Amino acid sequence: MATETTTEQVPLPPMSRVGFFRWMWRQLTSMKTALILLFLLALASVPGSVIPQRGINPILVDEWLTDNPTWGPLLDTFGFFDVFAAPWFAAIYILLFISLIGCVLPRLGVHWRAMRQPPPPAPRYLMRLGGETAEINEQPALILSRAEKYLHKDRWRVIRSGESWVAAEKGYLRETGNLVFHFSLILILFAVAYGGLFGWRGNVIVREGEGFSNTLTQYDAWSGGRLTSPDTLPAFSFTLEDFNVEFSRAESQRGAPQLFEADVSVVRPGESMAANERIEVNYPMTIESAKIFLVGHGYAPQFIIRDSTGNIVFDDAVVFLPQDGSFTSTGVIKVPDSTPQLGVRGIFLPTTALSEERGPFSSFPAPDDPSVFLGAWEGDLGLDSGIPQSVYTLDSESMEQLGLRALRPGETWELPGGAGSIEFVDFERWASFQIAADPGKEVALIASILAIAGLSLSLFIQRRRVWVKVRPNAATGGTTVEVAGLAKASGDDPKENVDELVKYLIGEAT
Amino acid sequence: MNSIDLAEMSNNFVYASMITLFLATIFFALSYSAGRTRAETRALVDSTGSVIPPAESSSSEAATTPANPGWRMANIGLSLSWLSAGLLLVGVIVRSLWADRAPWGNMYEYSITSALGILLVYLIWSTRRDLRWLGLFVTIPALLTLGLAVTVLYTEAAQLVPALKSYWLVIHVLAAIICGGAFTVAAATAGLSLIADRHWIKQLPSRETLEKLTHRIIAFSFPLWTFAVIAGAIWAENAWGRYWGWDPKETWAFITWVIFAAYLHARSTAGWKHQKASVIAILGWVAFLINYFGVNIFVNSLHSYAGV
Repeated sequence: MATETTTEQVPLPPMSRVGFFRWMWRQLTSMKTALILLFLLALASVPGSVIPQRGINPILVDEWLTDNPTWGPLLDTFGFFDVFAAPWFAAIYILLFISLIGCVLPRLGVHWRAMRQPPPPAPRYLMRLGGETAEINEQPALILSRAEKYLHKDRWRVIRSGESWVAAEKGYLRETGNLVFHFSLILILFAVAYGGLFGWRGNVIVREGEGFSNTLTQYDAWSGGRLTSPDTLPAFSFTLEDFNVEFSRAESQRGAPQLFEADVSVVRPGESMAANERIEVNYPMTIESAKIFLVGHGYAPQFIIRDSTGNIVFDDAVVFLPQDGSFTSTGVIKVPDSTPQLGVRGIFLPTTALSEERGPFSSFPAPDDPSVFLGAWEGDLGLDSGIPQSVYTLDSESMEQLGLRALRPGETWELPGGAGSIEFVDFERWASFQIAADPGKEVALIASILAIAGLSLSLFIQRRRVWVKVRPNAATGGTTVEVAGLAKASGDDPKENVDELVKYLIGEAT
Repeated sequence: MNSIDLAEMSNNFVYASMITLFLATIFFALSYSAGRTRAETRALVDSTGSVIPPAESSSSEAATTPANPGWRMANIGLSLSWLSAGLLLVGVIVRSLWADRAPWGNMYEYSITSALGILLVYLIWSTRRDLRWLGLFVTIPALLTLGLAVTVLYTEAAQLVPALKSYWLVIHVLAAIICGGAFTVAAATAGLSLIADRHWIKQLPSRETLEKLTHRIIAFSFPLWTFAVIAGAIWAENAWGRYWGWDPKETWAFITWVIFAAYLHARSTAGWKHQKASVIAILGWVAFLINYFGVNIFVNSLHSYAGV
C-alpha cells in the first residue's frame, strides 16, 4: 500500500496465548460472525439442490459423473454430490453452533440475574424520556397506590419508593423466549445426530401373496447408523395379501395415481396371530420403533420356462421395475439350472402401444392390454465369477442371442433350435416398502415446538419500563404526576402504556 | 349446478378480480402523480406512529388525512383492491367446491390463492395503519401472479394424487401461502426503503419508517414460516418416512429460513440495521420465489407433481 499513514503506529503489546484465544472467541461469538456464517450456510446449501445428491438419487449422480468427465470427479472429491454430509458443510454449521452457544450461554446468566432484580428506580429527570405530565387533585400516596394497582393488574413487575415514585417493568419473557429458541436449535441438532447414530432404514419389494419378516437378510437395501445394532430390529412379519391401485382416466391428468392401498396381514412382536391392516400413502403402519411406509409399486410378470427336454427349470413371478409414469417396466430372468444357461431381458407393458421412435411402450399404467417383449440369450450367465450381480441386469457378454418375441398372457414362445420354451402365464403386482426407525424424531419434534414458542415470545413480546413520579404542588394543593416509559428494543415505543396509565390515573380521580 | 358450470364460474370470478385489480393498480399509480408533497406525507406517516403498537394509529390518522386529489385516487385504488380480493376469494372458494378439496392442489390453484394471500396481508394490515402509498407495489406482484396463473399455469381441476391426500396439505400449504403474501409485502417495503432517500416518489414515508414496517412484517411471518417448515417435516415423516431429506424444496425452504434469520440478526447488529438488512429481506423473498417457481418447474423434486 502506497498510502501514507499520518497516525503513529502504536506498538501493540504482545498477545499471550490466552489473549489470542479470548480474541478468537470474541470474534467467533460476535453477531457479525454469526451473520456471515448464516449466509455461508444458505450459500452452501444451494449446490445441494442443483447438483444431484447421492442420498436422494444415486443413479442420477452416476449419470452426471459419466456426462461430465472433467468436472464430475473434481466436484466428487469436494463432496458436492453429498453436500449435507460434506466436511465443509459440517464446518459451517458447527462453527455456527459454537458461535450460537458462545453468544447465548453468557446471556443465560445475565437474564437469570435480570429476572430476579427489581425494576430500576425512576431517573432523576424523568421528563427527558418524553412522557406526560398531569395535575391531579389528590394525595400523592393515593395516586401511587392507584398506579401500583393498575400496573399489577396489567401484569407489570412493580416497586414503589414511599411517596415519591413507582417503577415497573414487563416483557421478561422476550429474552426467555429468545434463549429458549436458541437452545431448542441446539436440541434439534442433537436429535438429528442421535437419530442418525441410532436410526436405520431399509427398503424391500414384496409381491402379492409373498411375506416379509424383519431381519437384515430380507431387505433389498438396508442402512443403519454407526451405533445401530441390526440384531435388535423389532421382530415382526407381514404378508402382502392384496394391493389396490387406481389411476385417473379423466382427460386431464390421465394416468395420475388416485389410490394405493396395501392390505397386509401382520404378526407383531410377541404375538402369534396375524392381524389384517392396511398401509396407504400418508398412513404408515407403526410397529414399536419402526414405521412401515408404502413407497412404490409395480408389476411382476409370471413365467414358466422349460428346457429342451421339456422339464420345468423356472416357475415364478419376476419383479419388473417401472421406467416411466405409464409403467413401461423392465426386468431380467436368469435360469442357471438349464444347460446351457438361459437369460431373458424383458419389457412388461400394462397397456401395449408401439411407435416408430420409442418402439414398444405402455400408454397407460393400468393393465388394460398387457404384454411382454422378450429377448432370450443362452450361454454363461457369469454367476460363478464371484462378482456380485444385480437381479435387474443381465450380463450377456458370454452369451448368444436366441431371438426376440412379444407375448400376451397365456402365450408360449418355443425357443429356436429346440432350446426350450418360455410361457408368459400372467402377472402379479408388487409393492415396495420403506421401513425406518428414527429414535431422535420425538425429541426433534418437541424441540421444534419449543423453538416456535420461544421465537414467538421473543418477537411479539416487548420489554418495557414505566415510571410514575409524584410531587405535591403547593400552588394548587394537588399533585403533579409525571409518567414516562422506556423500551428496550430499538423501534419499540411504550407510548401506549404511558397514555393509558395517565388516562387511568386522571379518570379514576374525577 | 353441474361441475363444468362451477369451473367456469370460478374462472370468471378470477378474471373479474384481475380486471378490478388492474383498475386498482392504475388508480394507485395515479395517486403518485397527483400527490401531496413529501414533507406533508412524512408528517402524516410519522405522526400516525411508526412504531410497534398498531392500535394507536386510528384516531390521529383520520384527523391528519385531508381531502387530497392524490389520496382520493389511492382511496379508490384501495376500495377496488378490496373488491378484487373479494372476487378472488369467491373464485378460490368456487374452485375448491368444484374440486371438492382444499384449493391448492396444483400450481394454478396455489398461485391464485397466493395472489389472494398477498392482497389480504396488505389489506388487513392497511385497516390498522395508513398504507395507501404501498398499494401500487402490492397490486403489481398480485396482478403478475394472477396473470402467470391464468396464462401459463392453468390446469383443469383434478383429484389429488395420493401423496397429497392429507390434512397436512391444508395446514402446511396455507401457512406457506400466508408467508408468501407477507414476504412479498416485506420485499416491497424493503425495496422502497432503499430508494426512499432519493426522493423519486414524494409520497413515501421516511426510510426509517419503511425499515420498521419491513421488520414488523418479517417478525410476524418468520415464526409462521418456521411453523410451515415444521408442519412440512411432520407431513414428510408420515408420507416419505423421514422428516428431513434435503429434497430441493426442503433445501430452499431452509435457505429462505436462514436468510430471514440473518435479516433478524442484522436488525440488531451495528452497521447492518439499515440498507444491508433491507437487501437481506429482498434476498429472502427471492429465495422464496425460487422455491415456489424454480423448484417446481426446473428441478426434479418430490414436490413436483399435480400439473407442474
